[in-house]
Amino acid sequence: MSNKNILPPLKLSGLEPLIVTSESNFINVGERTNVTGSKKFLRLIKEDKYEEALEVALDQVEGGAQIIDVNMDEGMIDGKEAMVKFLNLIASEPDIARVPIMVDSSKWEIIEAGLKCVQGKGVVNSISLKDGEELFKERAKTIRRLGAAVIVMAFDEDGQADNYERRIEICKRSYDILVEEVNFPPQDIIFDPNIFPVATGMEEHRNNALDFFNATEWIRKNLPGANVSGGVSNVSFSFRGNNAVREAMHSAFLYHAIQRGMNMGIVNPALLGVYDDIDKELLEKVEDVLLNRREDATERLLDFAENFTGEKKEKVVDLAWRNQPVKDRLAHALVKGITEYIEEDTEECRHNYKRPIEVIEGPLMDGMNIVGDLFGSGKMFLPQVVKSARVMKKAVAYLLPYIEDDKQEGDKPNGKIVMATVKGDVHDIGKNIVGVVLGCNNYDVIDLGVMVPAEKIIQTAIENNADAIGLSGLITPSLDEMVTVAKEMERADIDIPLLIGGATTSRVHTAVKIEQFYTKNQTVHILDASRSVTAVESLLGNKRNEFVSNIKEEYKKLREHHLKSKSRKTYIPLEEARANKFPIEWKQSDIKVPNQLGVFNFEDYSLEEILEYTDWTPFFQAWELAGRFPKILEDEVVGESATKLYEEAQELLKTIIEEKWLTAKGVYGLFPANSINDDDIEIYTDESRTEVLHVQHSMRSQLKKSKKAHNLALADFIAPKESGIKDYIGGFVVTSGIGIDEHIKRFKDDHDDYNAIMLQALADRLAESFAELLHARVRKEFWGYSPDEDLDNEALIREKYKGIRPAPGYPACPDHTEKPGLFKILNATEHTTVELTEHMAMYPTAAVAGWYFGHPEAKYFGVGKIAKDQVESLAKRKGKSVEEMEKWLASNLSY
Amino acid sequence: MAKEDIREIVKERILVLDGAMGTMIQQYKLEEEDFRKGGFEDHHKSLKGNNDLLSLTQPEIIQEIHRKYYAAGADICETNTFSGTTIAQADYDLESAVYDINYQSAKLAKEVADEFTAKEPNKPRYVAGAIGPTNRTASISPDVNDPAFRAISFDELVEAYSLQVKALIEGGVDLLLVETIFDTLNAKAALYAIDVIQEELKTDLPIMISGTITDASGRTLTGQTTEAFLISISHLPVFSVGLNCALGATELRQYLKIMDEKAPFFVSAHPNAGLPNEFGEYDETPEIMGEQIEEFLKEGLVNIIGGCCGTTPEHIEVIAELVKKYEVRKIKEMA
Repeated sequence: MSNKNILPPLKLSGLEPLIVTSESNFINVGERTNVTGSKKFLRLIKEDKYEEALEVALDQVEGGAQIIDVNMDEGMIDGKEAMVKFLNLIASEPDIARVPIMVDSSKWEIIEAGLKCVQGKGVVNSISLKDGEELFKERAKTIRRLGAAVIVMAFDEDGQADNYERRIEICKRSYDILVEEVNFPPQDIIFDPNIFPVATGMEEHRNNALDFFNATEWIRKNLPGANVSGGVSNVSFSFRGNNAVREAMHSAFLYHAIQRGMNMGIVNPALLGVYDDIDKELLEKVEDVLLNRREDATERLLDFAENFTGEKKEKVVDLAWRNQPVKDRLAHALVKGITEYIEEDTEECRHNYKRPIEVIEGPLMDGMNIVGDLFGSGKMFLPQVVKSARVMKKAVAYLLPYIEDDKQEGDKPNGKIVMATVKGDVHDIGKNIVGVVLGCNNYDVIDLGVMVPAEKIIQTAIENNADAIGLSGLITPSLDEMVTVAKEMERADIDIPLLIGGATTSRVHTAVKIEQFYTKNQTVHILDASRSVTAVESLLGNKRNEFVSNIKEEYKKLREHHLKSKSRKTYIPLEEARANKFPIEWKQSDIKVPNQLGVFNFEDYSLEEILEYTDWTPFFQAWELAGRFPKILEDEVVGESATKLYEEAQELLKTIIEEKWLTAKGVYGLFPANSINDDDIEIYTDESRTEVLHVQHSMRSQLKKSKKAHNLALADFIAPKESGIKDYIGGFVVTSGIGIDEHIKRFKDDHDDYNAIMLQALADRLAESFAELLHARVRKEFWGYSPDEDLDNEALIREKYKGIRPAPGYPACPDHTEKPGLFKILNATEHTTVELTEHMAMYPTAAVAGWYFGHPEAKYFGVGKIAKDQVESLAKRKGKSVEEMEKWLASNLSY
Repeated sequence: MAKEDIREIVKERILVLDGAMGTMIQQYKLEEEDFRKGGFEDHHKSLKGNNDLLSLTQPEIIQEIHRKYYAAGADICETNTFSGTTIAQADYDLESAVYDINYQSAKLAKEVADEFTAKEPNKPRYVAGAIGPTNRTASISPDVNDPAFRAISFDELVEAYSLQVKALIEGGVDLLLVETIFDTLNAKAALYAIDVIQEELKTDLPIMISGTITDASGRTLTGQTTEAFLISISHLPVFSVGLNCALGATELRQYLKIMDEKAPFFVSAHPNAGLPNEFGEYDETPEIMGEQIEEFLKEGLVNIIGGCCGTTPEHIEVIAELVKKYEVRKIKEMA
């Protein structure tokens, strides 16, 4: 294998990355969370003192360990269970979990169980060829699948490698199997070529360190990507009890091993000195042993060691925060998640307050608020917050007996509260804190935990005769789920207050989205845990009525304000809106000269033909049946009534057509036109474009748009006069309501409102269908800009065609006062009998009127609200007073 | 027609992933009865909100949504299987429907993809089997008083994911997408299951992985930084890695940059349509989201781009137009 291919470095992770590059020097693996190496740790695990055991781990990380080795191989404990429990605990300690984990065991099942608890990329310690190639491969494959790097011991079927040749032979063989057969990434292989004790007095141990150094060098040169590690303290085994000498041996050993390429090792940082600080005489003797430089090296070191003790190192922990006032100490402990002093600080604090509960409501809640702020601003993350919650819990637990003693009235709780984090959400810190605070105030809290469905919450409340329900949630979908719970409570007919809390909840959301769905009792948003008690006391106490009416009033105001603020959008001046008009690059070639100019009408259009263009969906909407046609006919809920309705409609239609109850008339016109002054369209009598037949005034959207959107007006779709391009516009009025009155009257006289409504609805549909049909014919024949259009009814309904037919009074041209002009140029009343009422309504009502725009880029849009400057401009252009325009455009005024 | 290999196409152009499924389903305003139709009428639990079940009960709607996304220009659509594990379906007591949900979801999407590929052979459409995070976390205790407790184990997750993965592959998906990862241990279980099942079925589908940065600390829910997350899922041959959900495009950018710099894989992103407002709604318009995504494209941060919560075919259409203007991203880090 060549060295030319540069391999990526070994990358590991805990909560944070650890990348082992050639520059990263040496990765220091903490070894004290190992029951085989640390008596203290073993005792803590045996005695089930996991909290203290965690402190051992934390000490190591704080002391500089970049990976921590965890080993639970001890006959007296269930190694698998202990491994899983300890690793799970580490996962909730962000200050430990930030580094990768080394899962250390001689038992494969413990390794596998351990890896399954680690979210980061850890290291397995270790596998080897000891039990044969098959098992080796199988385990390596599993390790790779579980996402870990691996330490491979220089060990094979014949035993542990104890000289240079055996070391390199086994490592080479292991490497080849892993890389070539298991496809294991070479950089994820870490060899442990066995660190054995030196200075044991036995001849065969003299070369132990030197062989390790040489094997290390060989591996790094010949097995690309592979790393080298080892358990360093082994080397000084014969000097147990003399830490000063051991320290020196470790430092010197590492100094040489690192130079040869060892880049990782298990070391007790407390037993590691700085190479340069080692007593020179000691160093010389140590190196004589390590490098096997003299025959008498061992004896000389032993002699020297007997009289050498050095100075003992003291662990220094920064405890400056302990000198602060107790309030600050509590806050510090909460923010940092330190449980060590919490009881003593809580005790001290308790004496500063009249009642023990005040410690919770005061300094402890203040501390939690700091945590909340830090979390909100991204300076803390969730696992840290969980730790804070645990400190809080500890403090509260300490106070509980005092609170019990302090209880002023009997044993009866103040009330029973069911609390839950809603379905779909797992966050419960806030809920737990509220639970604790309420519990401290003598409320009986039933905590249902997280992911609780509405039914369970309600059922529990009913079964326990609860006095209130508290819902919590952190993620946004929880907001909807809370609405669901409120609705279900309404349905279940329970009559107790509903409390809403959690990070994404808000007073506004509670007021606008939740409160009105639960009318049996009051819904209250609780900003934070500290407010929960007052709120619950108010809701359950004798001040209830006043409290509830205040809340109701407040929420009503919030709703009103919300409605207003919803409509509070930004509008830009008309001039600015005009400058942001829809940009069309005008080309004469984009514009089709209509096949026929002028006004044309249909005296009596075939209803059967019209019927083919019908979009039935709005027909059902008219009957308040929601759903798309034809699917609605098979709808679970409304399908049956929809089908019945549809059948009856078809029957009536048949009669209408056969007996000619209705007559359809229509008129359309196609005219030369150009836009002028941005917003108006001049319509000419003929192609000479000298005589203006009519000026159509369009309205322009003034809503402030994002960078790429435009402020549209219909006039944007007609070529400006100054462009010199000849453009055209069309107009139409159709009706299918002629003759309807007598039949409606007849039905009504018969008290048959059903058929009266049915007839009107059908006539309305037919008018729409007629408009659709006529538009299609205009596109294909009369104007003829889409002669080859071939769209089915569905595509027409979806407005897939080119060009538009906006109707005055509708979103693109909300100004009803444009109708008379349209009627005038089409002579519409004469041709169709449709009249305009003084309110600009069309009569018969089964009628549609509108404009045709044929440019390929013309599209439907909504003008929305407009500002006063446009109303003034319109009034001026149309020769009407501002007041009159304001009356007509009332629903479009932004002011 | 010989389908082109997505592993090659991704080197030529930026691929577009679809947008939100849930947001689209909401628009149909389906009721309890709609969710039950065709086999679940008598089920003893409420099924409303079980969107994955719609692949069995409202297949036309699901296909219509896929169709809209493909028509908007998506190269890859995700199957309607975000909660298609026995763990997530346990909420509805519908563990027994999990295989069918996944198998049918894959088939539905695949049919629509094939329709489009037949029409536009030069733009083949793909189906990614969506594998969600489940509703349990393997790294966090749901009980604050017992931090060592776990509501779900790695092995239980592997078992659940294996069933989902098998059904998705047998239903015909082209890729597998492990997404919205807030607990990396869950994702590792999914990857484990994928590796085992792919070996068993002798398939080699590309694996897409997408994590979720949940809050302003820039970490996953379980506390990992972006780079630590990346390292933790890099042990198998991954096709792409990226980020989705929780944040809008603007907030996502800084973390995508880390992916771009450090990932030896293709990079994907499917942000939400902005951050939710106080009603939990996403209101970023296609235009606004497009402007932000264009920044990613200018910087060359991504190979695959789409949308998560709150995005619609209109958003995807804008994105699909944008990607045409930009060069494909090259992988910077070595594998």
